[in-house]
Amino acid sequence: MELVQAIIDGDRHAIARLITLIENDAEETRAMLAQLFPHTGRAYVIGITGAPGSGKSTLVNQLAKHYSALGRRVGVIAVDATSPFSGGALLGDRVRMRDVSDDPGVFVRSMASRGNLGGLARATPDVIKVLDAAGYDLILVETVGSGQLEVEIARTAHTVLVVEIPGTGDEIQSLKAGILEIADVIVVNKSDRDGAEHTAAILEAMLSIEMPRKRPPGPYAGYPHAANLLARLTEYLQREKGLIRDDASWRPRVVRTVAIRGEGIAGLMDVIEEHRQHLLATREWEARDYMRLLSEIEQALRHRLTQQLLCQVDLDHLVEVVNRVFTRRLDPCSAAEQLLCS
Amino acid sequence: MEQSLTSSPIRVLIAKLGLDGHDRGAMVVARALRDAGMEVIYTGLRQTPEMVAEAALQEDVDVVGLSILSGAHMVLVPRTVDLLHARGLDDVLVIVGGIIPDEDVPALQAHGVHAVFGPGSSTQEIVHFIRAHVRK
Repeated sequence: MELVQAIIDGDRHAIARLITLIENDAEETRAMLAQLFPHTGRAYVIGITGAPGSGKSTLVNQLAKHYSALGRRVGVIAVDATSPFSGGALLGDRVRMRDVSDDPGVFVRSMASRGNLGGLARATPDVIKVLDAAGYDLILVETVGSGQLEVEIARTAHTVLVVEIPGTGDEIQSLKAGILEIADVIVVNKSDRDGAEHTAAILEAMLSIEMPRKRPPGPYAGYPHAANLLARLTEYLQREKGLIRDDASWRPRVVRTVAIRGEGIAGLMDVIEEHRQHLLATREWEARDYMRLLSEIEQALRHRLTQQLLCQVDLDHLVEVVNRVFTRRLDPCSAAEQLLCS
Repeated sequence: MEQSLTSSPIRVLIAKLGLDGHDRGAMVVARALRDAGMEVIYTGLRQTPEMVAEAALQEDVDVVGLSILSGAHMVLVPRTVDLLHARGLDDVLVIVGGIIPDEDVPALQAHGVHAVFGPGSSTQEIVHFIRAHVRK
């Protein structure tokens, strides 16, 4: 396993190669990831999400530059959308990351979402592990431009920054479930624009009525049995491990920045550090790790089962079943049942 | 547009090398390659050879496309190719677009450039060339 050792040694070419193999779901990566896994869990992962054009890449550029200047080894993973039509993608986040593009302390990788809908690529958690094992101790993960629901980053990062800009939406928007709920820090970027104060005030008002979060985001418990399992697991973590403590709830902060000019970045870094300290002091760090790994197991399981089932499907049978659904003689749910039992 | 919903798409870095600020051509090519099912990493304007080579390494691209209209191609393109080789990226396909006089093309090709696409090249030509020559 030469490649594995090269990655632990921090060889950038090896890192890049393995990331490609992981993205392409190559068979041999499973064993390599298994070998790298004991070397992971050291990096601090910061997620950056928000609407397209809100300034996520520019903010990442600033953070990477400043952390690198402090001597941190910074990994950046920037996810952009894959076209549902061609399967191609235009990954443009590097355009805003000029300041770190030849900084030896920073490794930037652009990823296409490849059909994943949660704001990240399916391979993103594994790419984080590669950079973590390679010694990047701070990893910035930028999601695709997100609307309300691309909340996978909350399961992936220790600290989540949600980037907003002045003049988008009213109080009702700020009350809806989804992206604002996952924020540990809300960044009002482009704060030199009109309405920045108003936007910050609305967000602060929303936070003042926020209920404390009960447990870190884990797998989606949409099935009755899953909800039950998750509730029992949460109870176990509280009783046996002393995790998910009452004092772990964190009131998100609102920070104003003008990322393109570097304004507010020092203040933002102070708040990020405060959140990191909070995670450590309350052991929420471990709780999130537990839930993150649980989500990963669940996703791996889902992926494996889907693959396994698809391998068994016979094309003739599939065509026959789809035809019957198409002519309304069979409903999709019963069709799935038939394919499962064939 | 032809589609290729493959599980391992071709990755292409498109960079504006040097100091000219005209990126329309680079963007048109980037868009065409995207529509041909490739993953295109666009780096934007005013890239140095060092920035391009390092990005090509980190992004593990199959193809590097350099757009240059400033006239500095005989200096910047060979330097970029050398830096790619210095990083062990020997099997990356290097293509150049922009304003390159015909008499300069052989010298660039001798220095490791696989193809030069001047004004009037169709985007389909570029797509076909990449598909035909890329590793894998």
